[in-house]
Amino acid sequence: MAELARAREPFRFYTRLHLTELTGLRAAGLVQLVRLLKSVPGGSIYYHTHRFLQQHQYLSPEPPNDFAYWVREILGEEELGERLASIDIIQYSTIRSLREKIIATIEEYLDEHPEAKMRFPREGGELHFKKSVSFILPTEHVSYDLREFVDILKRITIDSIYFHIFEAKLRLEKGTNDFSNWIENSIGDKTLALSIARLDPYVYTMEDLRRTITAMIEREIR
Amino acid sequence: MAKIDDYIPIVGESVVEDLKLIAVHLRGKRILNVNSTAVGGGVAEILNRMVPLLRELGLDVRWDVIKGGKDFFEVTKKFHNALHGGRVDISEKDFEIFMETSRSNLEAMETSGDIIFIHDPQPIVLVRKRGDNKWIWRCHIDLSEPKKKVWRFLKEFIVQYDAAVFSAPAFSRTLPIRQFLIAPSIDPLSDKNRELPVLHKYGVPKDKPIITQISRFDRLKDPLGVIGTFRLVKKHIDCRLLLAGGTATDDPEGQKVFEEVMEAAHGDPDIHILVVSQNDLEINALQRASTVILQKSLKEGFGLTVSEALWKSKPVVASNVGGIPLQVKNRYSGLLCYSPEGAAFAVKQFLTSPDYARQIGENGREHVRNNFLITRHLRDYMLLFLSLYHKENIVYL
Repeated sequence: MAELARAREPFRFYTRLHLTELTGLRAAGLVQLVRLLKSVPGGSIYYHTHRFLQQHQYLSPEPPNDFAYWVREILGEEELGERLASIDIIQYSTIRSLREKIIATIEEYLDEHPEAKMRFPREGGELHFKKSVSFILPTEHVSYDLREFVDILKRITIDSIYFHIFEAKLRLEKGTNDFSNWIENSIGDKTLALSIARLDPYVYTMEDLRRTITAMIEREIR
Repeated sequence: MAKIDDYIPIVGESVVEDLKLIAVHLRGKRILNVNSTAVGGGVAEILNRMVPLLRELGLDVRWDVIKGGKDFFEVTKKFHNALHGGRVDISEKDFEIFMETSRSNLEAMETSGDIIFIHDPQPIVLVRKRGDNKWIWRCHIDLSEPKKKVWRFLKEFIVQYDAAVFSAPAFSRTLPIRQFLIAPSIDPLSDKNRELPVLHKYGVPKDKPIITQISRFDRLKDPLGVIGTFRLVKKHIDCRLLLAGGTATDDPEGQKVFEEVMEAAHGDPDIHILVVSQNDLEINALQRASTVILQKSLKEGFGLTVSEALWKSKPVVASNVGGIPLQVKNRYSGLLCYSPEGAAFAVKQFLTSPDYARQIGENGREHVRNNFLITRHLRDYMLLFLSLYHKENIVYL
């Protein structure tokens, strides 16, 4: 077995658990949706673009965000639903820029289809804005090289993978995911780090994401 | 009673590990739960299982019950119906009765602790005893369209709490306090949900598909609508209907509804009305023997019978009300409906497409595993307790 590079700094796995806070705000149409999107806290934008990943992670990865789901399934605006669903979230490194993109997508659609302003949900079908409160805890799992890392990756909770891949990049605005960051800077394997960073994690289920990253690292250390 | 590590084969070691990690941050905090009954009803059922598990995790948790006479509970039943949007005549005398019993409980009950966790409206006035400790109000009721008179009365107390907890987003209102969304849960190791062989005690033949609704005989569960649904299905597919619920001897309305159901079912040998008296094992067995599970409620605080059915990998057809759409994501983990006709169409889809029904049932089981098991509930309650000490959206522990 080839000797593996020892990390300059060990990787500690954290886990992220979340609690859903209700804002009491609700949208009953696209005009109201845009107005609220402009004012709700960033934690609310984050919640509605990431909730499905955790609550439905056994399914195929769609539908990717609550706005797309609501617009398509409740308001019946298929085309706008598709436009919102296809926003490439991985390209956005801040909640602010993601929020602006969602708003621009809806406003553009309303300019093209002003009649959509008159679409309303049936009673009880409003979109209720929620937000995510994240609790970040260190686990006891620490790795000093890629073999230890991949062994832990295979059994750590999906909450931990979620934290290091999604939350670290977008919500904590670290620019890239924690795994790539550590592999590049502490292990020194820039190629592997880049391959992981290049993945679009939004098109995987969480378990598929675990399997994919595990396979990439195992190929590297074989 | 199951121990926390007994859940590892179901949810995985890492989920239980996370619970232990969070619990460390609550050591030393004294938590008091208060509700209105120690037995019977969903709240008592949940607390009976959660309190021992929280204690095993190292939390100092107690559970106390308020006292009240017949008059008091008649008034709180009226409150319950009014909060569900029902037309109820509530007089000033009713409010006086409620306050009089509340004052007695205020005097009699000892509410020391770091966190006081009040369940439902009956003990809501206890918040008047608050000092510098934290108070949470947990509402288990469908508040989507409450009658204003009762809501306004209760709101005066709710705003004195540090936080409120609701089971579905539509139940939240504009309030000056923090509000959290925490769904209830089922216990996969309880008699109601654990794996068991199908029983044949009630003699329902398994010669044709069985459509089942398990609910007490209550108009809000729409048992007559269920019979209507069944008749529409039966026009095309030979099947049986199983309507099973608890006895309601202390509820005159329940008895009346039961009689109406018997009348509606009269003469049809394929409709089986069963009175199942608080026997969790039998309910479990009936659910497992069913081909399709219905939950055609008109209002629903949460509707844990849906999660119970999904956990057994059953295809579920359920109304899009209350907490049901959280459990049934239409076409992913079940089918949602709005009418007997819609419900009948959905049931027929499942009966004629067993592969589709099987896939939806499996999705449903995984959805429950991820979101509605008691381990998730324990985690959410512990995070809720921690959130009382942290105002920020990202909390490093």
